[in-house]
Amino acid sequence: MSAYIFRRIIATIPVMGVVAIFVFLLLHLTPGDPATVIAGDYASPADVERIREQLGLNEPLHVQFIEWVGRLFHGDLGTSIFSQLPVSHLIAQRIEPTIALALTTIIFAVAIAVPLGVLAAWKSGTWVDRVIMIFAVLGFSVPIFVIAYSMIWGFSIKLHWFPVQGYKSIFKDGFIPFIRHITLPTVALGFFYIALIARITRASVMEILTEDYIRTAHSKGLASKVVLLRHALKNASVPIVTIIGIGIGLLLGGVVVTESVFNIPGLGRLTVDSILRRDYPIIQGMILFFSGIYVVINLLVDISYTFLDPRIRY
Amino acid sequence: MIKMMIKSILLFSLMSVFMFLTTGSAMGEKILKIIPHADLKNLDPIWTTAYITRNHGYMIYDTLIALDSNLKPQPQMLEKWEKSSDGMTYTFTLRDGLQWHDGKPVRSADCIASIQRWGKRDGMGQKLADFTETWTANNDKKFTLKLKEPYGLVIDSLGKISSNVPFMMPERLAKTDAFEPVPENIGSGPFVFDKDAWVPGSKIVYRKNKNYKPRSEPASYAAGGKRVHFDTVEWIYIPDPATSMNALIAGEVDFWETPAVDLVPSMEGNSDITIKVIDPLGTQGWLRPNHLNPPFNHPKARQALLHLASQETYLRAIVGDEKFWSTCGTFFMCNTPLDSDVGSEPLMNQDLEKAKQLLKEGGYNGETLILMDPTDIPVLHGASLVTAQLLRDIGAKVEVQAMDWSTLTSRRAEKKPVSEGGWNIFHTYTTGADAASPIANIGISGGCEEKAWFGWPCDNTIEQLRDDFSRESDPSKQKHIAEKLQAVAYSVVPYVNYGQWFQPVAYRSSLKGVLISPVPFFWNIKK
Repeated sequence: MSAYIFRRIIATIPVMGVVAIFVFLLLHLTPGDPATVIAGDYASPADVERIREQLGLNEPLHVQFIEWVGRLFHGDLGTSIFSQLPVSHLIAQRIEPTIALALTTIIFAVAIAVPLGVLAAWKSGTWVDRVIMIFAVLGFSVPIFVIAYSMIWGFSIKLHWFPVQGYKSIFKDGFIPFIRHITLPTVALGFFYIALIARITRASVMEILTEDYIRTAHSKGLASKVVLLRHALKNASVPIVTIIGIGIGLLLGGVVVTESVFNIPGLGRLTVDSILRRDYPIIQGMILFFSGIYVVINLLVDISYTFLDPRIRY
Repeated sequence: MIKMMIKSILLFSLMSVFMFLTTGSAMGEKILKIIPHADLKNLDPIWTTAYITRNHGYMIYDTLIALDSNLKPQPQMLEKWEKSSDGMTYTFTLRDGLQWHDGKPVRSADCIASIQRWGKRDGMGQKLADFTETWTANNDKKFTLKLKEPYGLVIDSLGKISSNVPFMMPERLAKTDAFEPVPENIGSGPFVFDKDAWVPGSKIVYRKNKNYKPRSEPASYAAGGKRVHFDTVEWIYIPDPATSMNALIAGEVDFWETPAVDLVPSMEGNSDITIKVIDPLGTQGWLRPNHLNPPFNHPKARQALLHLASQETYLRAIVGDEKFWSTCGTFFMCNTPLDSDVGSEPLMNQDLEKAKQLLKEGGYNGETLILMDPTDIPVLHGASLVTAQLLRDIGAKVEVQAMDWSTLTSRRAEKKPVSEGGWNIFHTYTTGADAASPIANIGISGGCEEKAWFGWPCDNTIEQLRDDFSRESDPSKQKHIAEKLQAVAYSVVPYVNYGQWFQPVAYRSSLKGVLISPVPFFWNIKK
């Protein structure tokens, strides 16, 4: 296993290298210029040119790339062109809200979706199954911002139970402010993931329920609950864990709409803001960071397979 | 096992209560929460002309001279200024008790270095620098400007209210290259910037400068006493307008600088919210043709744009509610000292037939016109669509190229022909403070490819009249020159003014003392 993990980690190096080259070229070949944004609308063309020069944006592309890679090897993701703050500092500022929202959402979604999916599979073809699947279709179809604004209107404006916007740190501001601020975004975002995980769970469990060993378990006189949870769900868990892993990756990659509607200063908004103003070091740093996260999550998911299915060995 | 779990839960609960209680210690602090119009991206108001950085500048820096609500410059950091009888020498005296946020006193040398750095970036500053022979520090409180030749806008330049504002900084920071940002943010203004609490893209925190000594006069525009009644002012950047509105209604923020006009009706019936226009100068829309590329390299084609435009159509499309806009025929903003309707007849009387005829006489042969449309800025997107439709109505072929503002600011610098990636038209807008004088109004410059703003109008008469204006100090003579300049501008058409509008602010009705001003200021306010 450790040899496998080592091989996987080594394999990430060329992946990250390709991502780095691709992102760098894509960004620098895209129209738009941070110097014009910095200088402001009324700056003269000469002023813009001076700022480009000062920022090193007039250097040939390969020189800029080599300088950036050189800094990366020293663990330096660069400095924001605009705020003049290190990219690592900006990521550190934003990572807590993103991780908090990702974790609360995935815990909330799994806690609801897996039982719903199992129930739908067990009661397949009945009204219970149909109600759960209608809910799942709605979860996919209704845009998050509609759910979010509806919840803000109901729970924040009318009932005053939760704040409209913002994020409070569990470490700096305390548990209760944290929960009050994270609840609505978690629930709004959770709908989509509940729908996703519930459908996958239902499909996987239904497939397992047709297996011979399930029939054998029933014929041996085992209780339905035991068959369902101990035999069916455990064997259906590989695709469920895969989809949860993908979900965590997506959530950590930033959920821009949710972050915008609830004004959560997370990584998604940092990325979008940086793209709009062409803050190259932040965009490059963020994409490398996201790539790293995806690689780690995929690795963790692959490792988890060995615990869930003894037939899988690396 | 169960005991361990109970212990863990108890410990966690105690920690939570402790954390909750410790956060309560700051509850006595008086905080004013603002939703600014944009995210504060950079901190140096000389390095950039962005309005959000200008507003940040007013929080932490101070100015020697400031404009009052009669548009008259008044001493701010200065005790007084004196002008020699020949108009060639100005002597400035700093008032007592001024000090930087690091505790050091404000000296003449600091002010001279600040003015010189500003003079390398700002249009009016550059003009002043052209006329300057020397700046000399007589002592720590008094300094002198000696001119090469008489210049009428010395005081107006130093009292400029909008970007770039000549903010004063300590000499060691003001010596920074004008094309690099200053490494620290130390001013002498009424607030101190809390850099540790700054989360770019989310929150900016200012603390009250307890050592600030406000002037005794009442606050008026940027002039007068800057009295701060809060311990902390937080700018909370909320990009989503609906969330901003909900946060204001719920009382989570106190002041929203730029509420979306279409959301204003949802707040107007709420007695807890006040909707008010605090910028009496307003905003002016500009349709900018490219003077280098056909057909708008011909004056008749540009004049066609005047006959084509209908300010009412634009304003209804981009603003809507009539109480927030007015048609306006001057280049220098309506309701300002240089307001005049000289030469504005073509703009104020839409005539599509005349526009069609002039476009043809201007050499238009049915080629496709490239109109750059920044879809991420709703006002400019709306104006772009109106122009495209009006041009199509007179038989022109128009290609509307959708892009974000950042791409547009890059593309507009292209001087190439349309076939090689060039352009014909884009839209922008400017605040009244930046358009109310021929010197501050960068769009009217006819400085050609070398000196004019993007679009590059080229006209010597305009430049001569701007120069005459800058040398004149008599307001009535300045007005006369401005009218002559406007008459020429309506013939040259550096840009088409597509209307003037007034952005309201929205704030909790519990706030008192919100200042009327083209720039939002957060002193004088009480809750």
